[in-house]
Amino acid sequence: MLLNQFLILGAVLFSVGVYGVLARRNGVMVLMSIELMLNAVNINLVVFGVQHGVVSGQVFALFVIAVAAAEVGVGLAIVLLLYRNRTSIDVEDFDLMRG
Amino acid sequence: MWMLENAFLIPLIPAISFVVILFFGKRFIGADRVHVVGITALGLVWVLSAVAAFQWTQRVENPPPDAIVQVQHHGDDHGDDHGDDHGDDHGDDHAAASGHSGDGHGDGHGGGHSSPLIRPVISTFSDWWSNAGVTFAVGTFVDGQTVLLLMVVASISLLVHIYSTEYVKGDRRYVHYYAFLSLFTAAMLFFVMAQNIIQLIVGWELVGVCSFALIGHWWEEKPNTDAALKAFLTNRVGDVGLLVGMIVLWGTFKTFDIDVINTLISTNPGAHHFALLVAACCLMAAVASKSGQFPLHTWLPDAMAGPTPVSALIHAATMVVAGVYMIARLYPVFYEGFSIGTSSINLMAFIGGFTALIGAGLAFAQWDIKKVLAYSTVSQLGYMVMALGVGAWTAAIFHLFTHAFFKACLFLGAGSVSHAAHHTFDMRKMGGLRKDMPHTYRTFVISSLALAGIFPFAGFWSKDEILLGSLVGQENGYPLMLIFGCAVALMTAAYMTRVIWYTFHGEYRGHGHPHESPKVMTVPLWILAGMAVLAGAFNLPGPVLEPIGLEGLAHRIQTYAEPSVYLNGLGLSHPDPSLNMALVGLALALSGILITYLYYWRRLGLHGLTERNRYARRGYTILENKYYLDHLYNDVVVETVKRPLAKWANRFNQNVLDRTVNTAGETARDVGRWVYKWIDQGAIDGSVNAAARGADSSGEGLRSIQSGKVQNYGQLLFGAAAVLAIVFVIVV
Repeated sequence: MLLNQFLILGAVLFSVGVYGVLARRNGVMVLMSIELMLNAVNINLVVFGVQHGVVSGQVFALFVIAVAAAEVGVGLAIVLLLYRNRTSIDVEDFDLMRG
Repeated sequence: MWMLENAFLIPLIPAISFVVILFFGKRFIGADRVHVVGITALGLVWVLSAVAAFQWTQRVENPPPDAIVQVQHHGDDHGDDHGDDHGDDHGDDHAAASGHSGDGHGDGHGGGHSSPLIRPVISTFSDWWSNAGVTFAVGTFVDGQTVLLLMVVASISLLVHIYSTEYVKGDRRYVHYYAFLSLFTAAMLFFVMAQNIIQLIVGWELVGVCSFALIGHWWEEKPNTDAALKAFLTNRVGDVGLLVGMIVLWGTFKTFDIDVINTLISTNPGAHHFALLVAACCLMAAVASKSGQFPLHTWLPDAMAGPTPVSALIHAATMVVAGVYMIARLYPVFYEGFSIGTSSINLMAFIGGFTALIGAGLAFAQWDIKKVLAYSTVSQLGYMVMALGVGAWTAAIFHLFTHAFFKACLFLGAGSVSHAAHHTFDMRKMGGLRKDMPHTYRTFVISSLALAGIFPFAGFWSKDEILLGSLVGQENGYPLMLIFGCAVALMTAAYMTRVIWYTFHGEYRGHGHPHESPKVMTVPLWILAGMAVLAGAFNLPGPVLEPIGLEGLAHRIQTYAEPSVYLNGLGLSHPDPSLNMALVGLALALSGILITYLYYWRRLGLHGLTERNRYARRGYTILENKYYLDHLYNDVVVETVKRPLAKWANRFNQNVLDRTVNTAGETARDVGRWVYKWIDQGAIDGSVNAAARGADSSGEGLRSIQSGKVQNYGQLLFGAAAVLAIVFVIVV
């Protein structure tokens, strides 16, 4: 089984997601990058589940997908409200909590 | 025997009556009708006391098996020991213990040897409290002495309650008056059935408080409050002796139980002699204050400031005999402490005899009828203490019994006179009341004859027993006490005759028309006068009754009241009745009356002697000033103590106390300053400020991290996660 390949795929996807979260200024892009990270984790879960011959990895992956759907719903709603109030979705513009 | 075991009901009834009268009297019963409650309660008390007395006589006549005490019979072997002095310890002890019983003065009639020894009925209800292994019990102790006092207190209190309905009618503190009469009765009944010495102390102080409250009943006038305070404070002096004496008793026997203390002493006489001497001396101080003995008797005449029925109840018949009662109750303590059995003079006998003498002397110089009676009470109480001091236990209690009735009658008679003669007690404003107040006059004369000791009135019998007791004593007679007693017998008859002359004979010197008191006052007078005649019958000597075939009734008080269960162990003996002694006593009393009669009625003798003769005048002045005892206490004792004490106290205050306080204050201030400067400002404030400053600067340093931008946080998060991952990889 090509375990290593799948793990590398997950690591690459995760790294892309981290880059997206840290570097993209568009709020929607940040959310999409988070989705990438989550799906990288999903790949790992499924792979290890298959490796060990149990279904709990896939069950966890399904849970993560469901939670991610809810999460992105809330996130998009926040982005929408931000745009209405500030006419901008650039995450660099939002620093109200600055100390 | 139910009543004897449940005797606590007897003081409980007037206690309830006190609460009812004081808290519900005015509103629910009516301020002018509260006496109904008091009289009802006292009627119940009287009935219960009578039942108790009857049951006690039954217990003596037909004792249940558990009531009899088995003791070794001393009388059998005394012939061996008596008379030959072995000189060793064993022989001495045994001879001393057995010597009294059979020889010499004889054991007379109905003494402890022929009749069985009856134990008192002791009921312990519960432990009051306990501390450090010492338990304070509550209970009742009922024997013949107790039931005798129950009858005296209940009878006189009942009559005084009835008499007072007229005497204090319309008084503004009528409710208060009856409440305190009830409380006093409860306290006195509680006192006489005390099971342990703690209860004795409690009852003792309770009656003292009631006395204080009732002397000061009319407190609007300053002399009355002064008299109340004087009574209270003088009694405090004696109470110190009471407490110390009781503590010594406890320290010696490790128990508060009267029965145990008495039994321990009587089964082992001779042990603890020194401790008992100390205890007896301390308790004598208490007796001196409560029972008006020299030198603490000065409060009793002043206590006459209270309402007259109160004087009759508290300061003649019951409370002032508390001291006598206490001696009689703890008689083994005094008997062994003062070595009454072997001495021919001791502190108690001397104080009693001396008090009797000076009290009788003072009664001559008083113009206030109540004060004459008060000094007479002092004198008669001295008689009782003297009787106890010479070992004549029964005579003392018998005299207490008879004296209660005729002295109460005299006081109530004086109250009746004052009620009639416009509320004065000054005999100079009386006179000639014989015709206007026949009932008062007759009862007063009967009681005076009883007090003077004229045959066949009550006082004759009891006084004769005291004189006989002094003559015979125990091992030795008490000659000095006999002289005192005889002199007092003469003087008593003389001053009572003087009172009758000034009050009832001659011409009326007051104003207005005196009138006889109403029936509600004269009926109690007649009852008491009847007792003044008959009370002597309770302890008639055998030879008087033999000719009429009633010798079974002889010495009833000795048979029933004497706690022979304790006194037998001490070897107390009873003198044989003596006709000669009785005749001498009677002759003395009659000559006292005769001399006074000749002096006042026939105008014989040295009239105006005090005006003519320097020495006579001086003597009279001394009597008028009550031997200057009040001056001694107020001007000499109090002043000499007060002045230097005050000065010294002031100096001590300024120099020692103030300086100490100032130094302490200054030191405290300096310490405070140092603490403020170094600890508070330096250490505490410094550390607090340093903490704040540290938080401030660290916050200042850290605030740049909190940029508010999500991606910066993300960078830190992932950076930190990466670092941790590297550490994890390296370590694991």
